[in-house]
Amino acid sequence: MTASPFTFPTFRLQAEKLALRRGSRLLVENLSFSLTNGQALVVTGANGTGKSTLLRGLAGFLPPVAGQAHLEDGAGARETIASHAHYVGHQEGSKPALTAHENLAFWRAMLALPGLTSDLTPEAALRQLGVPQVADLPVAYLSAGQKRRVGLARLLLAPRPVWILDEPLTALDAAGQTLLTELMKDHLKMGGMVIAATHAPLGIESLHLSLGEAT
Amino acid sequence: MSASPLAALFSREIRVARRIGGGGTMGVIFFLILVTIVPFAIGPDLNLLSRIGPAILWIAALLATLLGLDRLFQADQEDGSLDLILTSDTPLELIVLVKCLAHWVVTGLPLVIAAPLFGLMLALDPQALWGVTLSLLAGTPALALLGAIGAALTVTLRRGGLLMAILILPLAIPVLIFGVSAAAASFSATTPFLPPFLILCALTLGTLAAAPFAVAAALRHMSE
Amino acid sequence: MWKYANPTFFLPLVATLLPWLIGATVAAFAIGLWGAFFSAPADYQQGETVRIMYIHVPAAWLSMFCYATMAASALGTLVWRHPLADAAQKAAAPIGAAFTFICLVTGSLWGKPMWGTWWVWDARLTSVLVLFVIYLGLIALWQTIEDASRAARGAAILTLVGVVNLPIIKFSVDWWNTLHQPASVFRMSGPTIAPSMLWPLLVMGIAFTLLFTTLHLMATRNEILRRRARRLAIQAASGETDAQPTHRLTMTGGAQ
Repeated sequence: MTASPFTFPTFRLQAEKLALRRGSRLLVENLSFSLTNGQALVVTGANGTGKSTLLRGLAGFLPPVAGQAHLEDGAGARETIASHAHYVGHQEGSKPALTAHENLAFWRAMLALPGLTSDLTPEAALRQLGVPQVADLPVAYLSAGQKRRVGLARLLLAPRPVWILDEPLTALDAAGQTLLTELMKDHLKMGGMVIAATHAPLGIESLHLSLGEAT
Repeated sequence: MSASPLAALFSREIRVARRIGGGGTMGVIFFLILVTIVPFAIGPDLNLLSRIGPAILWIAALLATLLGLDRLFQADQEDGSLDLILTSDTPLELIVLVKCLAHWVVTGLPLVIAAPLFGLMLALDPQALWGVTLSLLAGTPALALLGAIGAALTVTLRRGGLLMAILILPLAIPVLIFGVSAAAASFSATTPFLPPFLILCALTLGTLAAAPFAVAAALRHMSE
Repeated sequence: MWKYANPTFFLPLVATLLPWLIGATVAAFAIGLWGAFFSAPADYQQGETVRIMYIHVPAAWLSMFCYATMAASALGTLVWRHPLADAAQKAAAPIGAAFTFICLVTGSLWGKPMWGTWWVWDARLTSVLVLFVIYLGLIALWQTIEDASRAARGAAILTLVGVVNLPIIKFSVDWWNTLHQPASVFRMSGPTIAPSMLWPLLVMGIAFTLLFTTLHLMATRNEILRRRARRLAIQAASGETDAQPTHRLTMTGGAQ
């Protein structure tokens, strides 16, 4: 893929005795781990074991019942994960009435971090994701796989060190899955971090966390 | 190269509104229909209509403002935008304020502009037209912000519109009271226009300052 | 923190307090009602109808006290995320609505002989009516949102918005009322009330407060038990036997 324009500054993601619940059920308890630049964490587990809950908790959408998770920069200053992370969930966050270009331009402005700008244009990002032809089409007209690729293009437009991906392979064809693997590899090479929940192998070197019933 | 987040948000909101349902025109049509059916209910007596005209316009504006609000955050919640917005560096309170401002420009401002025309149909005299228009200009932003609280509380509900009205209409009573009073005072010989109008402005400014915090808190808690 | 949130300490406390509270409530009502109906004199202007006051005024007091209780619980829900506060708030809403309704009905019954009509858009009655509508909105919100803890936080935010708004509404309604002053408005002469009428009123106020405390504790307890029952049902359905989560996290380090 393209040459990395920069590398992310040194940082560390730390989860300390994290406990999370969905509704009234406690799904994650006493979870501690620590990741640093260039590391990936793959979360697996059967349905209902709390993969999405964990990712939403790390992204800051669910307040923890106990414990905490945060980022620490090189100097030891703490920051929230949310404001340095891209979250890719089950929906793309694209407005059907707007074109792919308009959606991406909006997310670039909304999610760009100061000092971490990319000089990619939405068109170039769409080209990298193999869907250059959709730029001026309203997202409503796109197929599920194309929508997914448009959604993933924002990860390139507004560089953020942490990628939190919930089932990122959904709706992607084989070529798309390979493409995503390459993107993740590039991101890790740039000193980024990937936390992904998945049922299928992602093809990247990673740490592995399995959630599930005690046996 | 990239626009400021809030400017980008504002232009996105306006674009989405323009492409879906024609933005403000729907609200204005609803406003027109409400003004049209009132004379059928109370009779075409122009003296009566001109006396209660400001009240009719205010009630119509209140309902028209609330009607479009239930989708304010729900649409973002359904397509996943709300999650992504929550990961933005920009404070959610400011985002809420800009969304409400865009919503008001698209739906509230057209009502204010249409009000003098509809006032003529209700036989308001020129002074009353001014009074109603000014009071709507000062009061509708408060209605939009109060409505946003209801929209945020009902963000996950499929049919939250009715519940939203139940939750928010009692809170809108002060705005209604002072809005209609200011409008009515503008053509009354005995009551001064300024006191109710200034209180109305104070209510709007107070809502402007406080409501974004309530809306942001509701969004954070309700979208978990 | 999860352990403290489990309100097991609350249930024995309620079990201990309830008999005493019920006894005190019955005693206070016995004294208060005797005072109101037999001891206190009829009013020289209003005659026997003045006795409605002994129900009406305490109900009005409780309609506001109950909202204050809900606001305090709302803070507990939002700041400490305490499930006991959730339950207390949810339990208070219908009780508050009931007292507010009693206040409105007795006000209306009192209004008929005084004003000659069942309802007057008097500032005080109108404010109470708005409060009643706000209670109903809160109950509707509780019933519409399925996830209990999310409903609790939504209702808590709305309750606190209401705390800010209620004084503004009261002020607006007073202002509106002076603008459209009706011909004759009955005003209760507050501070000049005779001692023979004052003491039954105070006792009734205490009795109503005790009644509220009793009902509120019972309703909170019921809400906790209802949630516990539902949790057990969910666990039974998903084949779990323990109240504690059985999920384990294992981490296999190293690249592969």
